[in-house]
Amino acid sequence: MAVIQTRNLTYMYPTATKPAIRDVSIKIEKGEFVLITGPSGCGKTTLCRCFNGLIPHFYQGEINGEITVAGLNILEHPTSELAKHVGLVFQNPENQLFALSVEKDVAFGLENLGYPREKMQKRVDWALNLTGIYELRERAPHELSGGQQQRVAIASVLAMQPEIMVLDEPTSFLDPLTAKKIFEVIYELNNTLGITVVLVEHRLDLTAQYSNHIIIMNQGKVVLDGEPREILSSKETRLIGVGIPKATRLYQILKEDDGVKLGKKIPLSSEEMTKLLREVIKT
Amino acid sequence: MIEVEDVYFTYPNGIEALKGISLTIKNGEFVAIMGQNGAGKTTLVKHFNGLLKPTKGKVSIDGVETTKVSVATLARKVGFVFQNPDHQLFSETVEDEIAFALKNFGFKETVIKKRVSWALNLLGLTKYRKTSPFMLSGGERKRVALASVLAWDPKILILDEPTIGQDYQQKEKLRQFILQLKAQRKTIIIVTHDVEFVAECNPRVILMREGKIVADGEASKILTTPEVLNQAFIVPPQIAQIFFQLSDLGFPRNIIDIYEAREILLKAIRRKTM
Repeated sequence: MAVIQTRNLTYMYPTATKPAIRDVSIKIEKGEFVLITGPSGCGKTTLCRCFNGLIPHFYQGEINGEITVAGLNILEHPTSELAKHVGLVFQNPENQLFALSVEKDVAFGLENLGYPREKMQKRVDWALNLTGIYELRERAPHELSGGQQQRVAIASVLAMQPEIMVLDEPTSFLDPLTAKKIFEVIYELNNTLGITVVLVEHRLDLTAQYSNHIIIMNQGKVVLDGEPREILSSKETRLIGVGIPKATRLYQILKEDDGVKLGKKIPLSSEEMTKLLREVIKT
Repeated sequence: MIEVEDVYFTYPNGIEALKGISLTIKNGEFVAIMGQNGAGKTTLVKHFNGLLKPTKGKVSIDGVETTKVSVATLARKVGFVFQNPDHQLFSETVEDEIAFALKNFGFKETVIKKRVSWALNLLGLTKYRKTSPFMLSGGERKRVALASVLAWDPKILILDEPTIGQDYQQKEKLRQFILQLKAQRKTIIIVTHDVEFVAECNPRVILMREGKIVADGEASKILTTPEVLNQAFIVPPQIAQIFFQLSDLGFPRNIIDIYEAREILLKAIRRKTM
């Protein structure tokens, strides 16, 4: 079942002279882990803003084409209603935090959904622990570092356990090990609870291994859409200038340029690449 | 030259962010400061342009202690590009943004014009000359912030997380660009979490943990020492990971460059198949 579907979606910001996204037709199935990537300014963030109705309800502008999210036509439903189904983590955490304490920020969404107090506390603690910020729960979000704020923003969305999580470069300020742990948590939730994940990222070496669907955008259009291993090893992807994982790139160089007979499964992580190398070195 | 002698720094709220830092950065060096969130990286570099003054110890730029000059005087020499571009942008157009500091430093109108065009062109922003910085994407705003600092041509350039929100091509341009600045004997200091970017640039790496320096040396050495990296919450670059995993087969462990990796692997594979 498709949880997000667009047909010829085109959108132009109020003062812009050309559309930020053009003729976008995509289909995201329930339970998928989708990576959206592409050069900066390609329209990734704009597309995410459509998924919870911020576009067009908040940003205004001109929208054409069709888009349904969790079965709802976003044009006919306010953001408040869409928010019950879609949790969005913004690129810049400062745009999303506002409460006087971390705990209150994380609880905010649940409060709005009318969760009973005890259940809410449990869920908030769970999200704070998963993101490693339990000890910050009484601090004011605006006093925290960029990386800590980012974890608060992620915890706020995790706490809601929405059907669909949309994350726009959610860990850009985090150190790599913490970022890796967060992606593992998100992957785990995707796996166990079937939460659909839409992740916008440039750093594919940290994230490609979790995805089972990738969408590459360029200049407002979707240019490639499909299976990650195939797409990341294609020539088109390289020409657009997407930073493919180094393990994938090494595989390509050895196989295509040097004619090494490496296995068929295109690697997305160092472990997968090591396995293939062992096969040719140890025989 | 930047000299840091046994520097301690405590924030007004009592958090001790630096605990005895000593280091020297020579003119023309390219340094990456890495480490966990909250390790004190940004606090340390804010001492280099006098935004913060040490609670104990001293910081000197070209022999002058930062407590003895104003931030404005230091700024002419030490350019600082913040992590979050929104903390630094405020003008109505990209062009005005870049011209702002130049006007403050008292450059002539004709010079300002030239410098602005040069900086716009350098960072691929010419088409946004008349656009409001707030209409741009996160990655583009980041480039505007960088352009506005480069325009006054500081001798020392500090970039706090320059690769955030930048796509692969932009990062590649940034790398080329840093190398160019390095060739002009500029000192470049980046604070970053981006291990793949550091692996491609191969700078001197300073690794911090809890307000102290835990390692200092060449990228190919530091990024391939797992014990130190773990302490600093850094995941090794993918190429280094592959070589750790293959180390039982007798491969070297200090490889971070993809082309070096290719040569070594090819030799090993050909030896087996011949």
